[in-house]
Amino acid sequence: MTSGTDGAGIMSAPDGGIMASADEGRQGLGTFIRRALAAGETWVFAALIIEMAIFTGLAPGKFLTVNDLSLTSQTTAPFLLMAVGETFVIITAGIDLSVGFVLVLSGVVAGTYYLHNGGNNAGTGTIWIGAVIGLATGAGFGALQGLAVAKLKMPPLIATLMGLGVAEGLSYLIAGGTDLRSVPNKLASGVGQGSFAGVQWLIIISFLVTLLFGLILAFTRFGRYTYAIGSNAEAADRAGINVDRHLIKVYALSGLMAGLAGVLDLGYFSTTTISGHPLDNLVVITAVVIGGASLFGGRGTMLGTFIGVFIPELLATGLIIVGVNQYWQYILTGLVLGAAVYLDQIRRRLREHA
Amino acid sequence: MAEAPAPFLEARELTKHYGNVLALDGANFSAYPGEVTALIGDNGAGKSTLVKALSGAIRPDSGQILIEGSAVTLSSPLDARHYGIETVYQDLALAPDLDAAANLHLGREIFRFGPLHVLNKREMRRRAVAAFADLGVQLKDVTAPVVTLSGGQRQSVAVARAVAYASKIIFADEPTAALGVVQRERVLDNIRRVRDRGIAVVLISHNMPEVLAVSDRVEVLRMGRRVARFKTSEATVEQLVGAMTGALTTEETPPTGPAADNNNEGSAA
Repeated sequence: MTSGTDGAGIMSAPDGGIMASADEGRQGLGTFIRRALAAGETWVFAALIIEMAIFTGLAPGKFLTVNDLSLTSQTTAPFLLMAVGETFVIITAGIDLSVGFVLVLSGVVAGTYYLHNGGNNAGTGTIWIGAVIGLATGAGFGALQGLAVAKLKMPPLIATLMGLGVAEGLSYLIAGGTDLRSVPNKLASGVGQGSFAGVQWLIIISFLVTLLFGLILAFTRFGRYTYAIGSNAEAADRAGINVDRHLIKVYALSGLMAGLAGVLDLGYFSTTTISGHPLDNLVVITAVVIGGASLFGGRGTMLGTFIGVFIPELLATGLIIVGVNQYWQYILTGLVLGAAVYLDQIRRRLREHA
Repeated sequence: MAEAPAPFLEARELTKHYGNVLALDGANFSAYPGEVTALIGDNGAGKSTLVKALSGAIRPDSGQILIEGSAVTLSSPLDARHYGIETVYQDLALAPDLDAAANLHLGREIFRFGPLHVLNKREMRRRAVAAFADLGVQLKDVTAPVVTLSGGQRQSVAVARAVAYASKIIFADEPTAALGVVQRERVLDNIRRVRDRGIAVVLISHNMPEVLAVSDRVEVLRMGRRVARFKTSEATVEQLVGAMTGALTTEETPPTGPAADNNNEGSAA
């Protein structure tokens, strides 16, 4: 089966997006259903629905209330952003373990800037500068990891494990061992907790960024090269694609997303949460893999990631509401990751013998 | 054919070491426009290394590469492409998760909206369909990932890509190795068709009947050196095999020896 690469929906494809729809319309409902069933997103979405149904059944009237959904979406926002970057990385057949730690580092660097520039009372201009510093920290850190992968030929696992350690250590060193609380009030009340037309800024920003990079992945040269490199780096190189440069950009993008998540996190919690993200990478990688991206590279979609990210997050909320110890979340997430990778391997084997 | 005025591409005394292994030991080679040159040799004779050097995939340690008579440096496959050199690799070099249209345009995508580099998928698909039709290749769906295609169809995609872009010369490294009889014939037809456009074709092959059927000239490589050249019309399988195994040599041997390159062409016939 082809899964993933020929799915439906505008965010879902190296090919077969909007422009294919005109041709596909003629092929009728049968083709549409066949394609929908072959698309990874359909199954992820089904899994999500089942998950919701189970929790709704276990806690009728408590799970899936509007309040609950928006809270889930808010806490999901940083994961969604990191998953956007991770999707690109995983499609290149790489992995970025450092995401939660780069989030923290970016937040700490931005927080330190705020500390020395007005602290809680910093003005809008200062807030923007701090935010840009946070984003640049993430992007720069990611680019360095990309450099290690592309130029030093380090396995991505090791390059980003190294990065994880460095980011963690730097965060504690820069912050002096304790969380910084010097977050501008305007940042907290604005982007952190505020909303626009009834929708929290965190949700708006993370959804728009996801949409933007979903379009880039599906419809632009940057996306096409990402798939090509993950599918066969040697072929991409021979075709004249600058593989090293592209990989550096992809890891920089992952860092940038973690940096953005870090700045938003700073606003949301009004503090750097240095020790609060040890398992973000587990959640993010699980979301991307559940969403249909293959750890072997070449396959994955932003729509899949978007759906996939809510599975571990709803699991967390659901467990709390049902009254199960929330630490079960990590156990279940880990198991789900294992299952998703196993399924991907089966799918890959089936396809290659098709 | 041998009277063709000047080779389009010529290699002189190329050497290439891989560690202690001497893959090319002063190899010469020439390819003429509108001609199929078969490059043959036993395993390890240096054919693939020579092709890689001539298509920019590796840099030789020493020696000269001349295009239309002037020395050039091919530092990358992209560089080679600018000279109109295309290659069909033995391992195909396709991205299996991308579809045929995407593979055909890999690294040469067509864009819309200028600096945004938005892929013009419709146009790429249209050109892919045209390119495959041009080669007589029937692909049910140019939007299916190539991993789902048969070996022959994948080969067709790789060949179509080279044919679509080559303006001067195509290297085809064992292009029929994985193919069935019908598909093999089709690829050979394509090779002839490309040659008739005035493009130089270099066919690397182990298959002697195939070499005799499609090539105009044969150059034989052994232990990193060119050991014989034939006009195909005057050559026999025995001679080719003899040259490959060392029983027959028509070329000068030591690279430092007197230049004896003048009168050897086809002299074994």
